[in-house]
Amino acid sequence: MSSEILLEGKSLVKYFPHGSKGIFGKSDGFVQAVDGVNLVLRKGQTLGIVGESGCGKSTLARVLTRLIEPTSGNIILDGRDITKVSGKELQSLRRDIQMIFQDPFSSLNPRHSVGEIIASPMRIQNTVPKGNEKSRVQELMELVGLNPEHYNRYPHEFSGGQRQRIGIARALALNPKVIVADEPVSALDVSIQAQILNLLEQLQHDLGLSYVFIAHDLSVVRHIADEVAVMYLGKVVEIARPEVLYSAPAHPYTKALLSAVPSATPRASHMHSRIVLQGDVPSPINPPVGCRFAARCWKAQDICVAQEPALGPQSFTSQPEEGLVACHFPENSN
Amino acid sequence: MEKIPLLSVENLNVEFSTPDGVVHAVNNVSFAVESGKTLGIVGESGSGKSVTASSILKLNSGVTAKTQGAILFNGRDVLGADDKAIRSIRGSEIAMIFQDPLSALNPYYTIGNQIVEAYRVHHRDVKKGAARKIALEMLHRVGIPNPEARIDEYPHQFSGGMRQRIVIATALINSPKLLIADEPTTALDVTVQAQILDLMKDIQKENSMAIILITHDLGVVAETCDDVAVMYGGRIVEKATVNELFLTPTHPYSFGLLGAVRSLDNSARGELQTIAGSPPSLLHLPSGCSFLPRCGYAQQNLAQCSSVVPELGKVSPTESFSACHLRTEALISLKMKEIA
Repeated sequence: MSSEILLEGKSLVKYFPHGSKGIFGKSDGFVQAVDGVNLVLRKGQTLGIVGESGCGKSTLARVLTRLIEPTSGNIILDGRDITKVSGKELQSLRRDIQMIFQDPFSSLNPRHSVGEIIASPMRIQNTVPKGNEKSRVQELMELVGLNPEHYNRYPHEFSGGQRQRIGIARALALNPKVIVADEPVSALDVSIQAQILNLLEQLQHDLGLSYVFIAHDLSVVRHIADEVAVMYLGKVVEIARPEVLYSAPAHPYTKALLSAVPSATPRASHMHSRIVLQGDVPSPINPPVGCRFAARCWKAQDICVAQEPALGPQSFTSQPEEGLVACHFPENSN
Repeated sequence: MEKIPLLSVENLNVEFSTPDGVVHAVNNVSFAVESGKTLGIVGESGSGKSVTASSILKLNSGVTAKTQGAILFNGRDVLGADDKAIRSIRGSEIAMIFQDPLSALNPYYTIGNQIVEAYRVHHRDVKKGAARKIALEMLHRVGIPNPEARIDEYPHQFSGGMRQRIVIATALINSPKLLIADEPTTALDVTVQAQILDLMKDIQKENSMAIILITHDLGVVAETCDDVAVMYGGRIVEKATVNELFLTPTHPYSFGLLGAVRSLDNSARGELQTIAGSPPSLLHLPSGCSFLPRCGYAQQNLAQCSSVVPELGKVSPTESFSACHLRTEALISLKMKEIA
């Protein structure tokens, strides 16, 4: 855990105005998509972010990659505050952070050949002389397990798993330091998911990449991440190493989320311990004042509704490697 | 005495003619479902599971689709039925739930309107007011809080999980004998998925409805199904009870599929088990076994595997049926060698 910090998010907040009437109308509220998130990604490691739809994980990915501006907070890459950089500086920054998207069908331009798709980041950034472009593209294709001879083919000629490999090759084209992968395998079949996850791990090992890996599938994140952050309604409610998080979740929401995952063992005893949460995730427009999970939590007491729990160690005695939790009554402390 | 199944599908073949050639979407598929039981159909995308399901309601009868075989529902021939007869079955005796609840609901009508319509299509003599009462009851049963206030709202005013509950309410309003659920929870979050699966199980218990659950998620199968059919390349490659499939899989594709899932569930970090390659194109199915190009066991028997399509046959000592030329003993000895 001692390796150096590469990317850091400090109290990141992203509010989207909601319900404005007319062009000049004042908005009457904000969607609090990301609300005070602190994250640390270390060199050569993978930070997993899990949560249900609408919890703000994709917004967070966009804020971290500077695709959208945070409302407040700071993003620090390699010791440098990149929250406010713009223009030329921002363009060269794009080389260091690349993204892999969820849907390999809509994230590739159907009118461009694979060669053009993978070469486009290099052309935009002008990193490779025109003459070397083809050989660099073919090298990348080989790296991600595609046949380099398919350089001139179009995306529709490839299967879903192969398309995702094209997306990965494109992300690697600029030798980035960080790759933010937003649900990179959720559109793929299980047998293909495993192939892509193996590829991502292999690339991390060979090229020393660092990943921010966003997924709703807990088993996928468990496999790939060095540290997992669980998000609920714009907040990180728990952050821990996977060995700790999956065996002894501290936040009631994490516990419920884990128990809801169907296990591939028929009629397992696990079924009896399933916690079925009542109701839905509250609206992020006017989130609850206290703990955002309080309305669905079986342990909630008066303090939970009144006061928001801070993300911190479970108790005064716990070690930092046991992870952080934002709960007044965490699971493991009695 | 053998129990007469509620639904039996015999040698179903479905082909689609496309500009690129004939797509053999379903090939020689046979299965049966009994009342009160849940049959899971699992497979990767493009394995023919959804087409199989929609054939049961005769939804593939366009100009380009060619369906052959026999489908018997409650002793009646479905494929031979005329439009009027099939319409009286659709939505009343056999109901269907689709993957995406937002596109299954019409955004221009209130949810009450849509549920009442589904009911009155099959009960023409029931007045609107009475039908609305039945719809309210149904909404209450599928767990929509405060249905009296929400029945006049539009689909966009509901969350994903609530919408899927509304779709289920619409499907169940006529107390169907068979419910076909095509990836009913794929578009939902895990905590909501758990709610919806529990709801379906509760309703099944109450009225001993049969369910065909189509999914690619083996976890969902393990928790809800009694029997499972594994499809690959438009064919059923293995048919077994849930316990048998998960404890003693008999087809190499099932090994691979379970391996990929198990290694994900497992905490150990390391190389994941995968099935190399990708599924076959249904335009050009291989002449022999369609799994051959991805199979790790075929070298021993290449001549037969590459020329003859394996039949679904019983695998002793289990009760499973598997479509593989290599029978259990041979496979087990090969697997042992692999481990050693």
